[in-house]
Amino acid sequence: MMSEEAIAGNKSLFTPFNLVAGIIVLMGVLLTILRFTGGLGAITNLSDNNPWGIWISFDLLCGVALAAGGYTTSAACYIFGLKKYHSAVRPAILTAFLGYALVVLALHYDVGRPWRLPYPIFVQQGTTSVLFEVGLCVFLYLTVLLIEYSPAALEWLGLKKVRNIVVKLTLVLTIFGVILSTMHQSSLGALFLIAPSKVHPLWYSTYLPVFFFVSSIFAGLSMVIFESTLSHHYFHDKMDDTHLKENRHVTFGFAKAACWVLGGYFVMKVFGISMDNNWHYLGTSYGLWFLVEILGFVALPCFLYAVAVREKNVRLIKWTALWTVLGIVVNRFNVSMIAFNWQLPSSERYFPHWMEIGVTVFLITVFIIAFRFIAKRMPIFYEHPEYRDTH
Amino acid sequence: MSITRRRFLGWMGAAGMGLTVGRPANAAGNKNFSGYPESIGVLHDMTRCIGCRKCEAACNEINKLPAPEQPFDDLSVLDNKRRTDATTYTVVNRYDGIQGADGPIYRKVQCNHCQEPACASACFVRAFNKTEKGAVTYDASVCVGCRYCMIACPFYVPAYEYNEPLEPRIMKCTLCYPRLMDGKLPGCVEICPKEALTFGKRDDLITIARERIRSFPEQYVQHIYGEHEMGGTNWLYVSGVPFSALGMREDLGVTPAPKLTSGALASVPVIAGLWPVLLTGIYAVSKRKDKIAAQERRQAVKAALTQASADAESKLSKALEQAELKHKRLLEVEVKKAVEEATANNEEENS
Repeated sequence: MMSEEAIAGNKSLFTPFNLVAGIIVLMGVLLTILRFTGGLGAITNLSDNNPWGIWISFDLLCGVALAAGGYTTSAACYIFGLKKYHSAVRPAILTAFLGYALVVLALHYDVGRPWRLPYPIFVQQGTTSVLFEVGLCVFLYLTVLLIEYSPAALEWLGLKKVRNIVVKLTLVLTIFGVILSTMHQSSLGALFLIAPSKVHPLWYSTYLPVFFFVSSIFAGLSMVIFESTLSHHYFHDKMDDTHLKENRHVTFGFAKAACWVLGGYFVMKVFGISMDNNWHYLGTSYGLWFLVEILGFVALPCFLYAVAVREKNVRLIKWTALWTVLGIVVNRFNVSMIAFNWQLPSSERYFPHWMEIGVTVFLITVFIIAFRFIAKRMPIFYEHPEYRDTH
Repeated sequence: MSITRRRFLGWMGAAGMGLTVGRPANAAGNKNFSGYPESIGVLHDMTRCIGCRKCEAACNEINKLPAPEQPFDDLSVLDNKRRTDATTYTVVNRYDGIQGADGPIYRKVQCNHCQEPACASACFVRAFNKTEKGAVTYDASVCVGCRYCMIACPFYVPAYEYNEPLEPRIMKCTLCYPRLMDGKLPGCVEICPKEALTFGKRDDLITIARERIRSFPEQYVQHIYGEHEMGGTNWLYVSGVPFSALGMREDLGVTPAPKLTSGALASVPVIAGLWPVLLTGIYAVSKRKDKIAAQERRQAVKAALTQASADAESKLSKALEQAELKHKRLLEVEVKKAVEEATANNEEENS
């Protein structure tokens, strides 16, 4: 893959990107070997009390939330009829598709017998499990995303007929995608409903599924803004006039939407505390951390987005998007790691091993390599000249 | 592309149906499951336990678990708090210096065999089974190793073979289910020298426990742990000191685990039913709005054009009229001039 890239770019193989990526991939391969020869115990700090670590907290929970740009963007464009966001759909779908693919790949490291991952769907269905819902929806949605992404690949390959058939499915796929996303985004939060005695009351709420779903919306929106910033830096030459012209609409429109959703989410969080009457926990150290989360990572970006949109400040929007994305990571880490097992003594709590972080970094690198490979070759940031106005 | 429309629709159907059928814990249903009536259990009387670890040894032998680092008669192991792990289905812990107790108190830890187990509810391949006998069993042949059961268990019981690279299993007490089927007692119950463990039908055990508490009220706390915790467990406990002093959570509540997630799962048919209708509706509305807007635009353009052409026409005719008038006047003037000239000429000639 990397050598092809070098040829395509007509440059030396040893670009800084290739060197860094190469080293990380090499490390990833070594860690993979360790994982599948020594078991989880060899490279993780997981224990019987802490069965889930950052591969679940980051790779699964954050990965899925940050890939929510796929369904939010395609819904805005195709269902709500906001055609001015059309040029943002393909990058968002590509991000979502690769994101979900990476989530599934990450699960291969985490679960004990990865080749049995299809079991809950094809062998024996545990329908009482929230994880079953997650598994089924992620499986179906990954398929949907593959089909939604495929026109770009088919245009690249010149398979006109198939491409035109797939494009006809756009609306159905978009609706199906929203349904599946609603279900699994929310059920990732619902996973923790079964353990009220283990999750700190400030984060445990019967609204967990709703919190996870609503926060995935602004996570997706912010991720699209954040990513377009990066893409403009690295793939500017690939972007056509439509993309460049519409980008302003996307930035402002998405910032406005994220601002509203963040505001709603903030109100819901307050409502959640009131419902369970958890106010007295706010004075504890966990309470302070909770306040940091909802004031610093929800209320603040909500306010900053509003100011930035009003003052037409693109820079501020971009920084706020990054902050919001960070806030999602903070929230998912809080629910699944920091508030989880909060009553256990610190000696029995979990902190990731560097090799666990190494695998996560490796997977993110694989994501970037794949994204780069596709964005450099396929019509992601521009319309294929032969298919202009055929959508 | 290997995905045909038929297959795709099939998946859509499967997604909807798969999530709505075969779910025993029904949030909206009017059914109440209060455990299998004839199921058996064990009553652990912690006032009788002497911490000899014989139950641990018996369990280890019967379940063919690996030999421990320190032998079972080495009681210094009790200096540390332990939990069940991949090589131990049961452990005994010692609690020193508890208020109201003369000496140390011992507690045996193992799977409590919940009446409605969290692990079984959480498992997405149904690897756990609550048998009618009362034991919660585990089937490693379908287990994916996701460890959600360990997240779900409120008692921190299931353990995992973390050092097993390819075929790790969940490890936990089976209540000696194979022995029960042979009519034998669980290993730990059989070996206990102090009758700290009483085997029997769960209902009978509750009666026995009540009887003990009633007969010796000064010896026992007025609570049978496990009677209602998390919907009730098949292992029951009585104690002379508060359970929380023995590391047992008293804030677990009485809601069985499946009920905790059934509400969220019940939203699946709502989403699957409502979203397509709503989203198609929104699509239709936005499309119609676009259509009407386009229509209005067309009409406005047309109207503007007609107006413009009408204006132009009237302007033209007016101009023509004016031109005609001007022409006429000019003609008149010319005629007049000619007439005048002619008259003048005539007069000149005549004069």
